[in-house]
Amino acid sequence: MATASTPDADAGSQDRDELPLAPTVASAAVAAAVLLPVLWLIRTGFDVSPTSAAELLSRPETLRVFLNSAAMVAAVTGASILIGVPLAYLTVRTDLPFARFWTVVIALPLVIPSYVGAFAFVSAFGPNGALQRILAPVGVESLPTIYGLPGAVLVLTLYTYPYVYITTRAALKSFDTTLVEAARTLEHSRWEAFKRITWPQVRPAVAAGSLLVALYALADFGTPAIMRFDAFTRVIFVEFNSFGDGRQMAILLSLQLVAVTLVILTLESRIRGAEVQAGAGRSTDVVELGLLRWPALLAPALLAGVSLVVPLGILLGWLAAGGSTVGQSLALEPEYVVNSVGVSAAAALATILAGLPIAYLAARHDHPLASAFERVSYVGYAVPGVVLGLALVFLGTSYATPIYQTLYLLVFAYVVRFLPQAVGSMRTSFLRVNPALPEAARTLGRTSIGAFRHVTLPLVAPGLFGGAALVFLTTMKELEVTLMLRPSGFKTLVLHIWTAYESGYFGDAAAPALILLGVSGLSMLVILSQEGYNVK
Amino acid sequence: MSNSSLRPNADADSSPEEQPTVLELDGISKRYGSESVIQDLSLDVRDGEILTLLGPSGCGKTTTLRLIAGLERPDAGTVRLDDHLVSGPDTFVAPEQRGVGVVFQEFALFPHMTARENVAFGLHEWDAADREARVDYLLDLVGLETQGDSRPDELSGGQQQRVALARSLAPEPDVLLLDEPFSNLDVDLRVQMREEVRRILKEAGVTAISVTHDQEEAMSISDRVAVVNDGQIEQVGRPEQVFQHPESRFVAGFLGHASFISGYVHGDVVETELGDVPRDRIHGLAPEYDHTKIDILVRPDDVAVNRPEVACDGGDGGGEGEIVARRYLGPTILYEVELANGDNVQCMHNHDETVPLDEPTCVRLEADHELAWFPREQRSGTDDRVGDD
Repeated sequence: MATASTPDADAGSQDRDELPLAPTVASAAVAAAVLLPVLWLIRTGFDVSPTSAAELLSRPETLRVFLNSAAMVAAVTGASILIGVPLAYLTVRTDLPFARFWTVVIALPLVIPSYVGAFAFVSAFGPNGALQRILAPVGVESLPTIYGLPGAVLVLTLYTYPYVYITTRAALKSFDTTLVEAARTLEHSRWEAFKRITWPQVRPAVAAGSLLVALYALADFGTPAIMRFDAFTRVIFVEFNSFGDGRQMAILLSLQLVAVTLVILTLESRIRGAEVQAGAGRSTDVVELGLLRWPALLAPALLAGVSLVVPLGILLGWLAAGGSTVGQSLALEPEYVVNSVGVSAAAALATILAGLPIAYLAARHDHPLASAFERVSYVGYAVPGVVLGLALVFLGTSYATPIYQTLYLLVFAYVVRFLPQAVGSMRTSFLRVNPALPEAARTLGRTSIGAFRHVTLPLVAPGLFGGAALVFLTTMKELEVTLMLRPSGFKTLVLHIWTAYESGYFGDAAAPALILLGVSGLSMLVILSQEGYNVK
Repeated sequence: MSNSSLRPNADADSSPEEQPTVLELDGISKRYGSESVIQDLSLDVRDGEILTLLGPSGCGKTTTLRLIAGLERPDAGTVRLDDHLVSGPDTFVAPEQRGVGVVFQEFALFPHMTARENVAFGLHEWDAADREARVDYLLDLVGLETQGDSRPDELSGGQQQRVALARSLAPEPDVLLLDEPFSNLDVDLRVQMREEVRRILKEAGVTAISVTHDQEEAMSISDRVAVVNDGQIEQVGRPEQVFQHPESRFVAGFLGHASFISGYVHGDVVETELGDVPRDRIHGLAPEYDHTKIDILVRPDDVAVNRPEVACDGGDGGGEGEIVARRYLGPTILYEVELANGDNVQCMHNHDETVPLDEPTCVRLEADHELAWFPREQRSGTDDRVGDD
């Protein structure tokens, strides 16, 4: 009953005429606030004199950063497709043993924040790492270095390929396999049928997943930083912390990075529109692997071994070793947990409140202004965390000094970053409410506010709660903005991990990192339950 | 075709014509962007009657309901309920203040509430005891005494509709609107629920306006039918009146199969391909149409084809034709016959009377009631079944 209706041609249930005043004003205010940091950054970009801008941008250094990032993004995306697509096919269309178990395991690396993964890989395979210590008695003096491009690509691929896997899997799931059977009766081999029937229908989903991977790789700060690889984000952060023309450089690089992100986002939105929704597969056409059935298990098992067992092993090993003996100051204080939870809860509440009017208008009104507000709310996707942090530092130091280095600015930054998640999840819930329900309430004597309170709100409550939970959990593990905007003396779990990494006392990161893994696991559960990631 | 004879109390107790007007639409227009949905529509609805707006999808009938309910605002014209202006150039009464109940197309039951809570929703200003009593009465009225604690998704389609009906009747609305109330039900259930809904509405004594594109449904539940086409009302009247005496070719064609045979008015008879039809068999044929061509409306049960071995004897004994198509409908067979002058006539037969295709046959007019007619000039464009000759 609660599903959206398909109104009769003459039903005209969309209010095309006018937007309600209160949510419109609220949405406009939120949209303006969210746009402010980016606009400010662009404005600051214009402040850089043309000559020095030209000089900075023509440095070989600038080109090198761009090429580094491009190479990293391309390699991560390519590798993710090579891993994600075959695994999706293997778990959906073949008789792989324990396919359901592997479906969960293959998606699980998303739970590990990439900086935790990078951290673990450096400890395992870096100089004096766990592996070298094991191999030393056998006479292995040194390992090929993990730092640089290979390490960054390895870690980012291992923790982002699930995006490709999940979207491809969903497409394969909804793909009507009778089409393949039809092709085979039309004298196509299985491979030819895959090429001519399955692949064209799955391709948009693969592309959508790949672009998510590309966006993530481009915007991620923790992995390049830990792998000491000069991608955009790392260089921006380094320049931001330096003196002289460093800040100008950081601004110009940020603008470049935003431009590249926008290109990827544009591609993504185009492809998303092209996605074909085929009917659910009616037949149970399963590819029999035959003799390869058990050997095929090696692929997901190996992947899970590398991506999950390595970090978990390292973290548990540290935890067992009891942390460092020297770094008493680095001990995990309960206060860090309280801080993390508190600031994340505040961010979740603020984000939901800010997103509510925008999501409501976007779902209920077919009006250019409503969709404009919604687009603006997605600015958090287009602006990598490092860039947002930078913009807010500039804005804070020049115009908002009273709230600079306070929790207010930090929470505001979280709102900007995670508003898209909240709006997306709330908009979906609003769309699921049949517009006739509040209308029915009106004809039964309730005012528009009464109808919203008694009918719409109870029905969207699970969506609001899901959105809030998502923002809460993502804020818990957010790194970049927290690092750049924290009030002095404010420490959270993430900041604690980062301090441990920077000071080299890796062992102190074990407990907070494991807590974060638990938190991420919860957030995955929320996402999966919302998007109906059906394991069967 | 019409189920009107099955109706329990068709026009028995009081003739709706004598009742006061409860709802008055005057010159209503509504447009969405550049698309005009309703133009200058006027309609009077009388106390206690069930009136159905009947028309093809997209004709503006649902929009008309929404304008009455206050869910949309008209661009021009006025809406009066009980002589109070509720919609006008400077007036717009919100839906919650109109006293109009609505049964929505997909019922729009609140999924987070039980059947009882749904029915009680509109009674929030009543005191608890009255509210409980009213809900009990309504659940009893719609035959759901035992289902009060079920949620909508636990109820069948027919039960959901009963809850929707009870919910909209609960606050004692002056006027009840039903938007395609049966379109969500299975075919079997639909016929049963029609009778049931009519009983409930009459028992509640409410004035009801329903909307449908199903002519059979409109005929069977309504006291009056208003045929809507392209945002305007073509004809309003009792079902049998509208069916037997359509005032336009659109109405004729929309209510059941309609064929037109051309004829020439000559003295006491109308000369047609099917022989001479006595003038007094044509409904209201005025003298000024003497010596003009007219089209006579024939329904498939008004004509019959003979087996080829029965020859046409000329005169009023029928006309030559050829069967060009045969549609098997189960209990009946619908033949399409092309007459010598090119007119096509549809003709209904029992399923056991088969006549071979593509052979000359004899078509007879067998109607025993007055036939409707249209002047020949009207023919252009309004009916594509008849070729332009």
